[in-house]
Amino acid sequence: MKANQIHIRFFASLREAVGCAELVQPLSEACQAADLLTMLANRKELAAVDFAERNLLVAINQQLAGWQDWVTPGDEVAFFPPVTGG
Amino acid sequence: MMSTRINCQVQHDDFDVAAVYQTLQQTPLCGAVVLFVGLVRQQFDGQLQALELEHYPQMTEKAMRKIAQEACERFDIHALEVIHRVGVLAPQDQIVLVGAAAPHRSDAFAAAQFLMDFLKNQVPIWKKVHVLEQGAPQAQWVDIKQSDIQAAARWQFQTT
Repeated sequence: MKANQIHIRFFASLREAVGCAELVQPLSEACQAADLLTMLANRKELAAVDFAERNLLVAINQQLAGWQDWVTPGDEVAFFPPVTGG
Repeated sequence: MMSTRINCQVQHDDFDVAAVYQTLQQTPLCGAVVLFVGLVRQQFDGQLQALELEHYPQMTEKAMRKIAQEACERFDIHALEVIHRVGVLAPQDQIVLVGAAAPHRSDAFAAAQFLMDFLKNQVPIWKKVHVLEQGAPQAQWVDIKQSDIQAAARWQFQTT
């Protein structure tokens, strides 16, 4: 992963709604996880995805995180619905 | 302080409960082993065809290990086994196993319960049910249950 971008991953129902499992989001400086989701929602090709209506969780570098947690260029950030394992 | 042996696995293949039990049985100084196995439950008036489990490969085992370590801090246990299957499973197939070996039964029971309650809330695994509706195949993601959220939350108010 290049230093000026974020590796985004989607899982389960969100992956199906988005239509892909991963993509790259350019990012030149740190932002909060909530801001990153807004950037995705504003992308033209993702305009039809109802990110805001979904009850989503976020993981930064494979760790569950909060929406105010910071994302740094080079990170892997995953968005997904509440988990249902076990 | 004795360190706890932790084994966490995510796999497509089925698991052998007897083999896991034998491993736990050999844990020194332990007089109690608790094993829990979760199965694919038939639902939808017998119309469940398959249960599909998706996961986040690089994160799943890490998240399982974190829960297991938390269990070690709360309870007096000497060995833990956690196995979770992913992929496509049929009714009555084994999905998940948690096993704990402890000097005494109360810690082994509590650890197994704790592990299951948090596996359902903290580990990136998602279930999708495949059913027949009037003969036509349908697939639907499983929603999180309120009872599962409450089951994990109650541990926050307990001191052990």
